[in-house]
Amino acid sequence: MEKNDKTTGTVSGIIANLVVVDVDGPVGQNEICFITHGKERLMAEVIKVTGDQAYVQVFESTRGLRPGSKVDFEGHMLEVTLGPGMLSRNYDGLQNDLDKMEGVFLKRGDYTDPLNREQKWNFKPLLEKGAEVIAGDWLGEVEENQMPHRIMVPFKLEGTFTIKSIAKEGEYTVDDEIAVLEDKDGNSVSVNMVQKWPVKVPIKTHKEKPRPFKLLETGVRCIDTLNPITEGGTGFIPGPFGTGKTVLQHAISKQAEADIVIIAACGERANEVVEIFKEFPELDDPRTGRKLIERTTIIANTSNMPVAAREASVYTAMTLGEYYRAMGLKVLLMADSTSRWAQALREMSNRLEELPGPDAFPMDLSAIISNFYSRAGFVYLNNEQTGSITFIGTVSPAGGNLKEPVTENTRKAARCFYGLSQDRADSKRYPAIDPIDSYSKYLEYPELQESLEKNMGEHWLENVLKTKDILFSGKEADEQINILGDDGVPIDFHQRFWKAELIDFVVLQQDAFDKIDASTPLERQKYMLEKVLNIADTDFEFKNFEQVGEFFKRLINQLKQMNYSEFDSEKFKTYEKELEEMLGEFAVETKKEAQAV
Amino acid sequence: MSSQAFQKVYTKLTNITKATVSLTAKDVGYDEMAVVHGRMAQVVKIVGEQVVLQIFSGTEGIPTNAEVTFLGNPPQLKVSDELSGRFFNAYGHPIDGGPEIEGEIREIGGPSVNPVRREQPSHLIATGIAGIDLNNSLVSGQKIPFFADSDQPYNQVMANVALRAKADKIILGGMGLSNDDYLFFKQVFDNAGALDRIVSFVNTTEDPPVERLLVPDMALTAAEYFAVDKNESVLVLLTDMTLFADALSIVSNRMDQIPSKDSMPGSLYSDLARIYEKAVQFPSGGSITIVAVTTLSGGDITHAIPDNTGYITEGQLFLRRDTDIGKVIVDPFRSLSRLKQLVIGEQTREDHPQVMNAAVRLYADAANARTKLENGFDLTDYDERTLDFAKAYSEKLLAIDVNVDTDTMLDIGWELFGKHFSKAEVGLKKEMVDKYWKE
Repeated sequence: MEKNDKTTGTVSGIIANLVVVDVDGPVGQNEICFITHGKERLMAEVIKVTGDQAYVQVFESTRGLRPGSKVDFEGHMLEVTLGPGMLSRNYDGLQNDLDKMEGVFLKRGDYTDPLNREQKWNFKPLLEKGAEVIAGDWLGEVEENQMPHRIMVPFKLEGTFTIKSIAKEGEYTVDDEIAVLEDKDGNSVSVNMVQKWPVKVPIKTHKEKPRPFKLLETGVRCIDTLNPITEGGTGFIPGPFGTGKTVLQHAISKQAEADIVIIAACGERANEVVEIFKEFPELDDPRTGRKLIERTTIIANTSNMPVAAREASVYTAMTLGEYYRAMGLKVLLMADSTSRWAQALREMSNRLEELPGPDAFPMDLSAIISNFYSRAGFVYLNNEQTGSITFIGTVSPAGGNLKEPVTENTRKAARCFYGLSQDRADSKRYPAIDPIDSYSKYLEYPELQESLEKNMGEHWLENVLKTKDILFSGKEADEQINILGDDGVPIDFHQRFWKAELIDFVVLQQDAFDKIDASTPLERQKYMLEKVLNIADTDFEFKNFEQVGEFFKRLINQLKQMNYSEFDSEKFKTYEKELEEMLGEFAVETKKEAQAV
Repeated sequence: MSSQAFQKVYTKLTNITKATVSLTAKDVGYDEMAVVHGRMAQVVKIVGEQVVLQIFSGTEGIPTNAEVTFLGNPPQLKVSDELSGRFFNAYGHPIDGGPEIEGEIREIGGPSVNPVRREQPSHLIATGIAGIDLNNSLVSGQKIPFFADSDQPYNQVMANVALRAKADKIILGGMGLSNDDYLFFKQVFDNAGALDRIVSFVNTTEDPPVERLLVPDMALTAAEYFAVDKNESVLVLLTDMTLFADALSIVSNRMDQIPSKDSMPGSLYSDLARIYEKAVQFPSGGSITIVAVTTLSGGDITHAIPDNTGYITEGQLFLRRDTDIGKVIVDPFRSLSRLKQLVIGEQTREDHPQVMNAAVRLYADAANARTKLENGFDLTDYDERTLDFAKAYSEKLLAIDVNVDTDTMLDIGWELFGKHFSKAEVGLKKEMVDKYWKE
């Protein structure tokens, strides 16, 4: 797509934000152009070409635009600018720095620089003159918010280069030259700390992309314990409105064990984004002791911002993630919500008069979604370091129906499914992740099983599967009780039901607003799961079904108090002791200890 | 809108459909307004020199030699303090017999607020209705619809909310309002002596449906004038957004677009979000709060209109007729205000969150007891008491005719707890019980 002379064109047709341009030279698919409208320059992307006409989608409102307006093509696709200084920034979907924009209202055609060009960074070289390098190799590093930020050989360079010169340790701006590379024909390339990369093209400078094998701790029990996500894994959270998608996403982004958090607020409520803007700078980062915002980048393209930029926003977020991954960092990428992204695709496909697929979504929706999810993953870099992007997207299924195209197609692409259930939300059982329907495919990976055995003990997986069985059998018992009535079933059914309730209340439900309960470290999760399974393994003897409910309600209350107490504190131990005494009241015998190590 | 001098008049239409006309014209901007045969129209498509105009009131009777003048601008509204107390149609022309107003011309449907410039909503809006203030508190800068069946008195409740909320300005956007409802609003506002702080943009059922599409933008442009230029707190009432969405689907259908769910256009979410997201708390102190009505068909909230709305708005309010007390109540189960956490217990008394949750929980117990009763099971003493509680709770707090301040609501709550339950059954924090419990 590189051209010497820039192609120009004139506007000949306008249908909402789809503009037809008569062009005088070559144009590329997805090429960026600017339409001149009075004093404003409106950014647009080519999405279709027929003969001498390019169809472009404008990233802004086209109000007042006239045929005959001049168009300049840029010769490249939509690119992001990568370099130090992107953390704790608030970007829009096209990576404009929202804080740099003037005024309360967004102005059309206002594009701002994502980086700070004046700020100086303390550059330390990592390689020496004469070293052979390829794209993505670390030339040196600067420190950003106490995080190493590697300055890499530009991803766009092809082939092997020799370092002709490299800057000494010192203070440099992002635009200062920090190295000169030479290809094998003796051509020199000057390198600074900034590079550009097209968002729709994955950055592939890593050596290998193995299957994910390491659990990513989120502190959310019903994820970590029951359906764990892995470093470099993919997951999605579908749920009707009001089921707590956003609270869950915020909880994960606050607690997960990641170096960098990127949040793409894609077509969602502006006030929710404001909550992140206002809260994250206040929140202490449990991992670094600093503020959470310092390792967070927010891409905000709220529902009232231009639709085409909404589509771009998820790609922008992913590309930033890939950039950090290439530096050997663990990235957590959250997108809320991918349904809005799919709707943006639908609106455009509709204007292009393409033949529609199910629910009027474009026919290739499935391919687009899979392709996007496949950009996440765990990688080995060329220098044997590792990096990862863990991606979790939310889906807002129309009418809460999980059979709609976006949910269905995401299900094919993502490996973890955290379905939020309306019933659970209605009965205030939060997080409302349905324990029966949800799954993590990673649990079947021998790689993960092996690492779980190593880190969580040899019986961990067994215990997890057992927990699922108890939940399932509890659900069956519940259905029987509902059909036959409380006294129409053996007392044992009540026990089965209440043992599942015990797991539900103590392990699955978690208070995201409680300081202690909000995040549970793995060690504590393990301890509590074994405790609960022990109870589930115990045979109790009851005279009637009322006794079962009463007894278990007391157990649940006791265990919940433990959840609310500091782990292993005096308070915790007191509750635990009282619990043991309670158990003795009805226990026939303790069959066996849950298989702890 | 009158045509100005030097405007070119076109007289040759090349194409006429049910909703649109096409002609060859030059130098026309997208979204621009035009007058065709004396009717208002807007540019919806430009292909080369072919311009497609959507005629808001339909094309019946338009001849191919109809006069077409382009106005050179997108839909606009003149804004000034003269707006107060006036009634306008969807084009911003007075319909109350008064004079045209003077003011600054603003384009409607203007740009969005930069999200980093927004303030977090934080001011409680008291309505006196306990079903709202106690259980689902409204906050300035919030957007929330009533999900109601068409036979429910949503317009009355909304008028009450509007009059009691201490907003500086109330802007009514009426879409497909029946003439009776229009007169109802006019009368209620007049009787309350509040007319001077109310601006109304009304499209009644007598007007062409497509005109409705302009109403929310008109109302919100006026709202932005008062909230941004005058730093006022503005409450915008939009009724009924279902009829607005229906108009969208009519247009999309006539433009040969492929419908998505429930024959709605694929862009429904963006179209609705564009309107609702105008609700904002400005840093300068002004705010726009939107209370809307979305009528449901048969209570179905999975239909595309309420479904998309639910994903956009910050909660929803459900009305329900409680047959036990013969009154309409605000349903405590299905209603939700997502922003209430920002104010309850902070701007209201400390016991607010606790009382709210306990009352709803006990009300849920009553619902279980009722199911038991219906299935022919015996009720325990506790069940009986929950049922008594539920009735009193409905009557004294949930009913929409309640009008008390929040402290009184909380006191009533404690009174009901004390009357029907023991302290252990209510299960509240001990320090709250010690302080507020009423025997």
